[in-house]
Amino acid sequence: MLKLNGITKVFGGLTALEDVSLEVQKGSITGVIGPNGAGKTTLFNIVTGLYTQTSGTVYLGEKNISFFAAESLAPLGLVRTFQNVELFGRMTVLENVMVGLHTKSSSGIISCAFKLPWQIREEKQIRENALHWLEFTGLADEAGITADNLPFGKGRLLEIARTLAVEPQLILMDEPAAGLNSLETAELAKLIRKIRESGITIVLVEHDMELVMDVCDSIIVLNLGKLLAVGTPREIQENPAVIAAYLGDA
Amino acid sequence: MTKEKREIIMFLIFTLAVLAVPFFLQGSYFMNVLVFIGINTMLAVGLNLLMGYAGQISLGHAAFFGLGAYISGVLTTTYELNPWSALAVAAGANGGLAFVIGFPILKLRGHFLAMATLGFGIIMFIVFNETVAVTGGPSGLSGIPNLHISSLVFDNDMHNYYLIWSVTLVTMLLSINLSQSRIGRALRAIADSEVAARVMGVNARVLKVQIFTVSAVISAVAGSLYAHTMTFISPASFGFNFSVELVTMVIIGGLGSIYGSFLGAAILTMMPEFLRVLQDFDIIVYGLLLIIMTMYMPGGLISGFNQITGFIGGKIKGRGGSHA
Repeated sequence: MLKLNGITKVFGGLTALEDVSLEVQKGSITGVIGPNGAGKTTLFNIVTGLYTQTSGTVYLGEKNISFFAAESLAPLGLVRTFQNVELFGRMTVLENVMVGLHTKSSSGIISCAFKLPWQIREEKQIRENALHWLEFTGLADEAGITADNLPFGKGRLLEIARTLAVEPQLILMDEPAAGLNSLETAELAKLIRKIRESGITIVLVEHDMELVMDVCDSIIVLNLGKLLAVGTPREIQENPAVIAAYLGDA
Repeated sequence: MTKEKREIIMFLIFTLAVLAVPFFLQGSYFMNVLVFIGINTMLAVGLNLLMGYAGQISLGHAAFFGLGAYISGVLTTTYELNPWSALAVAAGANGGLAFVIGFPILKLRGHFLAMATLGFGIIMFIVFNETVAVTGGPSGLSGIPNLHISSLVFDNDMHNYYLIWSVTLVTMLLSINLSQSRIGRALRAIADSEVAARVMGVNARVLKVQIFTVSAVISAVAGSLYAHTMTFISPASFGFNFSVELVTMVIIGGLGSIYGSFLGAAILTMMPEFLRVLQDFDIIVYGLLLIIMTMYMPGGLISGFNQITGFIGGKIKGRGGSHA
């Protein structure tokens, strides 16, 4: 599904990622963990086209997406959420999800300005689809609320609803449980499994180890920009190198 | 009633009001002011698409207005082209220019974008002034022919009023449609979080340039209509001051509100008439107004109006509740 070959990213004199190669299996839930500064978010930014890697290649399926811009990845089915929840704050919850359907529609400026018949049909379709994803994520009651007025936990859900509207093959979630209470985290775990059941591959960066160990099939550990270990949750928990990285060398 | 129906009814009421006004307000002075309000509304709506929706500032929009006016003026006087064709050429040329300069300029953000558009405005102002052989320089360009449809010539106040306002109403309607479509949502998404919009597949770079182009085309049409109704143009109308005035109209009326742009345009067009007693000190009033608005009504008059009605509505409802 997703394959990284020898990704290196240098910021000035700082090497944020060094020769990272990894593979994500189709239909799996993969966790990316590591201490602060390990390069997890940098890795996401490179895969999603927000940063350009210094060297190395990224493949989505058979396609080399190494130098794709962020906006050209959604049509290929690759989307992400953000660590600091990037909602469209002044738009309603429904409109936020409707933006997620941007690539599923095609009316241009002219057809939108003149409200041509197919644009009206398309608009109706966008609205219906968006409502479907709000129901899927349990946000249907909040459809009319301005996103800025949403409680933080629901904001996280809305970000996920918005990515689902793209009908992606692969979602990268950057710390989806950060700032959630334990009840909300449990709900999130359920939602993540439900998304996987619909055939979508998920990669998540997360600090909440309970969540990671609970939902992930496979875990990738980064430390100081290097790949430290790959394995099942159990293998990772017992890996001495991982324990050393987290607790410090004895 | 759905939101969409409300929107249609609101537009119909507005249109009827516009059509009916000449029956109540007569006299060449009033009609002239109303024509100017129409032209300024067009300009404010065009700028609002860029500022209020896409969240990109332009401090050089008077230049697009001026360019439209001059292209139309020069083509119909020096080259004796049909005014309608001149209007089309002005719109096309402005669109082309905006598209070409849009790509490098709109890569900039915030203050840098403001500076770049400001520079563009000043360059164009100098061009209008200095190319005396073409534009007539500071003393202006006169004898621009009126527009006409076969024997109907738009040469008196009443004709001009209906000409300008029909184009303004069409501009408003198309802009309202656009703002409620996937393009409008994508623009607002860019304004709120460009990075998230891009991840959702919105090509922010291209869309910003497209809306900048649309905005320039609207300004050119307004400029061309201005030239043909006034029959005389001079660079003084297209300087930096007018660019700032346009920005003020958009902000006072309400960013992201088409009717707000009309309100802002109406207020700023009429204000000089009331402020005439202050002479050159009127700029202080504009400044104060802008400060007060951004401090206490950042959403502009339209949202302030909604706040007030909401507040009163809430009070009435609250009282009803306590009685029940």
